[in-house]
Parts: sequence; C-alpha cells; structure tokens
Amino acid sequence: MNFLSLFVLIPLLMLFSLWLAKGQKGIRTVMVVGSSALLALAVALTVKFISDRAGGAAEEMLYTASFVWFEPLHISYSVGVDGISVVMLLLSGVIVFTGTFVSWDMCKEYFLWFTLLSMGVFGFFISIDLFMMFMFYEIALIPMYLLIGVWGSGHKEYSAMKLTLMLMGASAFLMLGIFGIFYGAGGQTMNVVDIANHTGGAQIIEFSKQCIWFPFTFVGFGVLGAMFPFHTWSPDGHASAPTAVSMLHAGVLMKLGGYGCFRVAIYLLPEAANELSWIFLILTATGVVYGALSACVQTDLKYLNAYSSVSHCGMVLFAILMLTTTASTGAILQMLSHGLMTALFFAVIGMIYHRAHTRDIRQLNGLMRIVPFLSVAFAIAGLANLGLPGLSGFVAEMTIFVGSFENADTFHRVFTIMATTSIVVAAVYILRMIGKILYGVNLNPEHAKLHDAHWEERFAVICLIVCIAGIGLAPGWLSDVISDSVAPVIDNVKSVGHLLSQSNPFK
Amino acid sequence: MEYTILILLLPFLSFLFLGLAGKWLSHRASGMIGTAVLAVITILSYCTAYEYFTADRCADGAYATLVPYNMTWLPLGNLNFDLGILLDPISVMMLIVITTVSFMVHIYSFGYMKGERGFQRYYAFLSLFTMSMLGLVVATNIFQMYLFWELVGVSSYLLIGFYYTLPAAVAASKKAFIVTRFADLGFLIGILIFGYYTGSFSFDFVNNLQMADGTTPFIPCAIDKAVAAGGFIIPTALTLMFIGGAGKSAMFPLHIWLPDAMEGPTPVSALIHAATMVVAGVYQVARLFPLWVTYAQDWMPVIIWVGVFTAFYAASVACAQSDIKRVLAFSTISQIAFMMVALGVCTEITTGHEHEGSIGYMASMFHLFTHAMFKACLFLGAGCIIHAVHSNEMEAMGGLRKYLPVTHVTFLISCLAISGIPFFSGFSSKDEIITACMAYNPAVGYIMTAIAAMTAFYMFRLYYGIFWGTENRKLHEEHTPHEESIMTMPLVVLSIITVGVGVYTTLAGFGMFEGYSFGSLISADGHDYRIHFDTSVASLSTVIAICSILLATYIFKGETQPVADKMYAAAPRLHCWAYKRFYMDEVYQFITHRIIFAHVSRPIAWFDRHVIDGFFNFLAWGTHALSFNIRTLQSGRVQQYALVFLIGVLILILMIL
Repeated sequence: MNFLSLFVLIPLLMLFSLWLAKGQKGIRTVMVVGSSALLALAVALTVKFISDRAGGAAEEMLYTASFVWFEPLHISYSVGVDGISVVMLLLSGVIVFTGTFVSWDMCKEYFLWFTLLSMGVFGFFISIDLFMMFMFYEIALIPMYLLIGVWGSGHKEYSAMKLTLMLMGASAFLMLGIFGIFYGAGGQTMNVVDIANHTGGAQIIEFSKQCIWFPFTFVGFGVLGAMFPFHTWSPDGHASAPTAVSMLHAGVLMKLGGYGCFRVAIYLLPEAANELSWIFLILTATGVVYGALSACVQTDLKYLNAYSSVSHCGMVLFAILMLTTTASTGAILQMLSHGLMTALFFAVIGMIYHRAHTRDIRQLNGLMRIVPFLSVAFAIAGLANLGLPGLSGFVAEMTIFVGSFENADTFHRVFTIMATTSIVVAAVYILRMIGKILYGVNLNPEHAKLHDAHWEERFAVICLIVCIAGIGLAPGWLSDVISDSVAPVIDNVKSVGHLLSQSNPFK
Repeated sequence: MEYTILILLLPFLSFLFLGLAGKWLSHRASGMIGTAVLAVITILSYCTAYEYFTADRCADGAYATLVPYNMTWLPLGNLNFDLGILLDPISVMMLIVITTVSFMVHIYSFGYMKGERGFQRYYAFLSLFTMSMLGLVVATNIFQMYLFWELVGVSSYLLIGFYYTLPAAVAASKKAFIVTRFADLGFLIGILIFGYYTGSFSFDFVNNLQMADGTTPFIPCAIDKAVAAGGFIIPTALTLMFIGGAGKSAMFPLHIWLPDAMEGPTPVSALIHAATMVVAGVYQVARLFPLWVTYAQDWMPVIIWVGVFTAFYAASVACAQSDIKRVLAFSTISQIAFMMVALGVCTEITTGHEHEGSIGYMASMFHLFTHAMFKACLFLGAGCIIHAVHSNEMEAMGGLRKYLPVTHVTFLISCLAISGIPFFSGFSSKDEIITACMAYNPAVGYIMTAIAAMTAFYMFRLYYGIFWGTENRKLHEEHTPHEESIMTMPLVVLSIITVGVGVYTTLAGFGMFEGYSFGSLISADGHDYRIHFDTSVASLSTVIAICSILLATYIFKGETQPVADKMYAAAPRLHCWAYKRFYMDEVYQFITHRIIFAHVSRPIAWFDRHVIDGFFNFLAWGTHALSFNIRTLQSGRVQQYALVFLIGVLILILMIL
C-alpha cells in the first residue's frame, strides 16, 4: 500500500464518518480532523519529497505504485508524484483546509459533496495513469453541479447547468484525446511516464496523429483552465457558487486544467506541441488581455474576480505554451499563486456578501471603517492580484515573463509584450474596486452595523495570507522543486525540435 | 560592512510590527517605535557613509564598489533574481538623503499627525516606504531595483490615500499608482530585453565587483554579446527603462500624478513626493549611466529634451497655481527635470577639469542632494502653514510672518536656495548643472538659466503670497495661527544643512580654500573632482535670479497687487490655461474613460456576454429545440407508429422494386 493513496483514502474515510456524524459539531469535527490530516499529509509529502530529491532520488516520479485494475484496456491504478504534483497537492491541501473553515455553518450534505470533490482533486494530482486521471477529473466535476445548484445564489440552476455542460463537453474532447494517445502509442499502456518515455510497450506516436490529438487534449483540459474563448462558464459559475466552492473551484479545480495541459498535452505529444503551440498561444494571450479588460467594467465583485481569473489562468496556459523551463516553472508558480490569492479573494467576497447581501460595487462603500479585518484582507488579495512584490503574484509573473523572453523570435516577443500589458490593466481594475468598496464613506445605513469576521473566518483568511506572503518572500525553494520536475518535460519537447512550427503563418 | 543589512531589515520589522500590533499600541508608542527605528538606521547610514568614504580607494584612485551582501532570491533559468546590497558613492549618498529626510519627517509627523485616526497605520506605512526606498537605492541588480520600485509605488499609493474617506485622496492615490504602473511596463520590458541579451540583471557592467571574501557575486553582464547581437538593443532597453524612470520622476507627459498626490498628508509629500521617491527615476538613469554614455550616447538627447520641456512646462504651471502644495509639486517636477537634463548632457565618464562633459553626472547627484534637503524643508514648512491656517489655498494666508517666525525664516532660506542665490546650497548645485549644459550646448544652457529665473520668480510669488501681502484677518482671528516646536525643529535642521552646505560649497567653489567638495565624493568615474565655479555662468545666473526675485517682490509683496491683477487681465486665457495645467489631466481623462473604458472594455464585456456566451447558449438552445422536435416521433400513439411502419414498408418495397 503506497502512502500516496492516503490522499484518496482520507476523503473516503471522511465521507463515511460524515455519513455517521451527528449534529453540526460532529460534522465539523470530521471535517476539521480530515482536512487537517490532508494538509499535514501534503506538508509531510513536500518535506519528504525535497529531502529525497536532495538525497539523490532522481527518478521522474517518486513513490510510484501500480496495480492492474482493468486488464483488457490496460488500465491500472498508478500513482506517483513529481515536484509539480507535490506543489499542487500542497495547494489543494491548503484550500480544502481553509475552505472547511469558510463553510463553517453548512449542512451535512454539502460537506459530503465537498469532500467528494476534494477526493477527485487529490486523486487527479496523484494519478499517473491517463484513465485514472480522467476518472478523478469526472469525480471532481459532478459534485460541483450539486454544490452550485443546491447551495448557490442568483441564477444558480442556470449557472450550474452551464458549468457542467461546458465542462462535460470538454471532457468528451478529452476522452477522445486520451484514447487517441492510448491507441497512438500502441494501445499497450495508459501510464503517462511510460508513454512519454516509450517504455512499457509504448511506441512513439506518429507526428500526424499527435497533431490530431493535441487540440483535443489541450482544449479538453483548457476549458477547465478557462481558456479563451471557452471561459464563459467561469464568471457565471463562480458568481453563483457558495463561497467555499468558489474557492475550491478557482483555487484548485481550474488548476486541473493547467496541470493536465502540461502533463498530458505537452508531455505526451511533444512534436505537436512544438508545431501547434502558436494557435493556442494566440488564444491564451488574447485571453490574458481580454479577461483583464473585461474585468475593468464589471460591477459584480465575483464577476470581476472571475474575469481576473480568466486573465491569470490564461497566463498559466500562455506560459506553458512558451515551452521553456523557466516559463513553465512560472506557470506552475502562477497556478499556486493564483490558487491561493483567488481563494482568498473569493473567501473575502463571500464573507462580505454574506453580511451586506450584495456584491454590487456601486452599492458598497467605505467598508474599511465598518469591517476593517475583511477590508485589509481584501486589499491584500487585491495587491497580490496586481503583482505586488512580497506577495506571490509578483514571483509567478516575473518568472513567466523572463521565461517567455527566452523565445527570441518576433512572434513570441509580440505576444509576450501583449501579455505583460495585463499587469497595468490589473492595477486598473483592482484599484478601482478597492477604491469603490473599501474607501470613502459608507452611505448605506443597512451596512453601518455589519460585524467583522468571526474567528473561523479570520483563521482561514490568515492561513491564506500567510501562504501568499510566504511564497512572495521566499520563492526560491518552490521554484527549485518545480523546475526540477518541469525540466524533463521541456527537454522532451526541445529534443524533438524547438518551436519549428511549419504551420505558423506569423513567423 | 555587514551591518548594512540592518538598514533594510529594521524598517521592515518595524512595518510588520506596527502593521500587525498597531491596533493595540497607543499613538505615542507606535510613533516612538517608528522614530526610534529610523534613528537607528540613520546612525547606521552615517556610519556606513563614514566608513565607505574613508576606506581605502582602488588602485586607480576611484572609490571601490562594495557588495557586502548578495543572495539568489529566485532562480530564473540561466538568469538569477538576486537581492543584495551594493555600496558605491551614489547609493551611500542616497542612504544619507533618505534616512535624514525620513527621520525628520518621522519627528515632524508627531506634531502634524497628532490625534489623527490611523496614526499607527501612518507610521507603519512610513516604515514600509523607507525600507522600500532604501532597498531600491542599494539594489545590486536592475530586477531588485524594479521590485523595490513597485514597493515604493505601493507605499506611495497607501500614503497618498491615507485619508481614505476623502474621494479626492482616493482618486489621487489610484491615479498615482496606475500612471506609474503604466510607465513601469516600459521599465519591465526594458529589463527583460536587457536581461535576455546580456545574460544578467546585475549592475556589474565593468565586471570588477568582488565580495569581501574575493568571490564574484554576480553572473557578470555580457554587454559585448548584446552589442554584437545588434547595436540598438542596449539603447532600446535603456530607453524603455527610462520610461519607467520618467513615470516615477514625473517627467512630461507622465507627470500628471504628482500634483494630485499632494492630497496625501504633507509630511508624506515632503518625504516621498519631494525628496526621495520622485528622484528614483534620476537615480535609475545615474545607476545605468555607464551604459548610457558608452552604448546609447545617440539616444541621450531623449533625456535632455524630455527634461528641458518638463522643466519649462512645470515652471510655467507653477507660476499660476494658488494651492501652495501644488506650487511646490510643480516646482519639484521642474527641479527633477533639471537633474535629468544634467544627466543627459553628460557626455563622458572620465572626470577632470579638461573633461567638461563629465560634470553633469556629479551636478545631477549634487542637485538631488541639495534639492532633497531644501524641498523637504519647504514642504514641511508648507505643512506648518497648512496646520496653522487649515487650508492649502494662498487666499487663506498672507502676512503669516508674524505668527510663524521660524517657519518664515526657514522657508525664506529654502526659497533662496532653490532660486540659486550664493551661499545657499541650491546655488552650487544648480550652477554646476548650468555649467554642464553650457558645455554641452549653449542653447540648452541659456534655456535652463531662463527656467532657473522662472523658478526664483514663482518661489518668491509663493513666499510673498504666504508671508506678506494681504492678511486674511477674519480667518486668522477665528483661530490664531501658531507653530509647534516639534514641527519647527526639523525645519531648522534642514535649513541648517542647506545653509551649511551652501556656504561651504560656495566658498570652496570660488576657490577660497582647498577643501573637499561634493565632487570629491561623487563623480562620474569615482575619482576626486574639485568643483570650481565658472565665474561667468555663476554671475549670470545669480544676477538673473536676483532680478527675478526683485520682480516678484515688486509684483507680489504689497498689500494690493495692481501689477499682478493687470497681468491676469492682460492675458486671462494664458493664466487660465496655466492654472488648469494646460489641460493635461483632461486629456488623460478622455483617453482612459472615453476611449479605453467606453470603447474598449465595455464592448469587450458586451462581446463576452452576448457573442461568446451567446454562442454557447445558442448551442444549448439548439440542442434543446432539436430534441423537442425529435420527441414527437416517440409519441406513444399506436396509430402513428403503424402509419410510419406502413410508410416504411412501402418505401422498402418501392426500393426493392
């Protein structure tokens, strides 16, 4: 029994205990114990991973285990982690842990779905089997429908349906892509590492086939990563979702998209990635600027943050497509950073909404005087979002920009510079929002007596801020952990020729 | 000199402490903590300066560049993002300037901010600002500079918006941040280009830096490689970085944020928007100066002409403003432009009396130093005045010399200094700038002399408007203006520095004695350079300055001002235009709100909701409509099934036949 499987077993146990738990106290106990255990496990894994790597464990995936699950299709339950998954597990651990505290007053059924969602997310990040990844992806997706549809706000049924349908549509693409890869590689193994390294019976996938399946897998995962123009589920979905679900969704679930693009599309289809990256680069760079500009005129806080997420997640995919080690390291850092800061943002927005019963920027004024703790947290989230040094956003963005500049041709330069403009636009929408809702004088008598955050809310918010500032102040170790694991993937891409795309008309 | 790390760490800790624990501290305690920390780092900075300037020089007689501390903060592929401390003459001088002014402002704020809500927050932000500014000047590489550059930007944002319930302050803080952020985009792209082609971000252009233990702290810059890749690369990178510098240093047309930034508390304006942060752009150009002068000589006129135009524009606007802080703000813009011009006209790096082209660098840094002191003094004096009359407008003032004697004297000293009167510090530095301009091109020299004359004029217009002229007796009877000793003490210190430096350098410059001068400490190549005034330049600028002062006295000193009124009446439109700052703000307002918001963002948002989202909704609707139609096939009526069955059989039969 591999200890990585604990990431799936603990949520399973939590589900079982939740089912048995009685009363709000029992539910909270189960959730706090379970999510703390997951977080502790993630931290322990990180420490162990770093020390083992330092101790000379040079394999691509550590702590691997595999046993056959369905012989005819060569599906096996295979787990293993590299630096990227370790970091993602850590992120998921933090978000699930803080999400528990944010949804303190919710009922048993809510937590059941919440835990199932977490199980899907954790399972996805530890899997190295294509089919298992797909399965966990679906497990993470379904609870979202119910969480939004039942506990959401606003047009919740519409949003839940839209989100689910678009993501399901994407997973149909994804499934085609996965089977394409599986059969293209000879139909002998579903193991990601085997397919990439042509071991365990996997063959090299023909170039023509790669070019067919790359768009399927990239779009399939890209929709979840809010890739322009398939991002429209995100504003509606986020706006309607309950607070902790927004956190988990933007903080972790959207990261499945970026992770999947990197782990499956780029890693397994390197030649197609070289050839076709330009198409998606145009789309993602457009998305980066487009999301930021759209955010400027939003009036609903959650829509604003959702569009800002479109911009920031666009940056993740953009960086991955740059196909350099530094940019991809930046992409993973951006996933981590965006996950934390957007979770903080959604958490605070949710708390404000819970009190003021509105998210309309025009109706909120002068919150700084009324709810100082929430307002300061909100301002910190905003400043992280616009890339203030000392907080995580700066580290990620700078790594991405420096990495993107390693591609010296005009095409890449133009789109890199286009993407950098988003940091100015980010300042515009963030400061506009902060100026309108936090500063000034409160004009609404109903808002005059709002109470500030409760202890559990404070605890969740402080945890997130500490993580954001921690990464922002000392990013070196994370960057090392990530770039070690990014390098093999990018080397694989570079070894088949770097950005030699014949089809790019702009070169 | 390992203790220099404390200069950065202590204010950071003080920021964290005051920020987190401020709620539970009394005003007095938090102010004392902030000020005590500043006192310590001021002492440390003076120790650093003493130790640095008295240490052994390099073999060739130049000051050594020391790197007491450097570490890799973030690895970026082949490049490294380092954080460290670099000591060379200009960074050491900046340490002195920043800590001195910041210390004075900390003390002054006890009086000025007394009883304000958010006193602890104020001191926390001051600490944050001081830390960021110090980090900026001691940066060992361009990326570290950018990091702290952004941090000073945000501390400036927080401090301008200190009175966050006032809409004007909120708008001003936002504007300041966004305009400088926009300029920083140029800076960032410049850094990226520079880093990519030279393979390093470090300031180690000459590849001779060593740590105390003999190791080389950086990956050296491969400038040659970048030049080989294309001669335009380094100049492009430098010019892009200059855009960032122009934004921070409020050069035209990116100056619009600075006058509005006066909405912040006045001590903040003195510290950030007069003495330290706004000269960051000048400092950046000076830091990269070896590159400019060696590889981008042809592009330096950009700096000169941006500077000349800004100096003129700001001086002309300053003549028409009625808010005393706005006058000082435009005067700051104009003076910073003087420093920029001085750097621009510097055409060689080797110093010496036969190398007139190298004076500019020294002159620029010298003016930065003297300007920081007297402009901080002016702003703090303005703060005393505002504190006394509770208004920024000149109308509320007049005849204040009786009520505020100390402020009056120190303000006068600073006005004389900024006007360039001998024996005051501004004279020596401004004279060097004009000498450098004359050496470059007499036209530039004469233009700058004329702008210096405008400076004297508007400063004395301000001075007479505040301390002489008609008294607003009604207002002054309601609450008698008075001054507090805790607020006048910093004024006295700063004006003593102004006079002391002025007398010393004037005497030394005219050759009264052979002492050290500013040039001995700071010069383009680090060698000893003795300042000697060019008598013709000095006498011309002095005479012109005195004439302007006399003219201002003639127009503005009296109880009634017939000449001034006549002038306004003669050219009402010009006065109105200058008062409205030539409508630059309106132009920006138009571009951002009318064009970007209304014609870019809004259509994009609409497009997103209606076209892209509409497409997906259409898909859903289409699927729904299709299935709605198909479902009539499954009606459950046996007759219909039988009919379809029969028709099918018939068709099959027909096909077989």
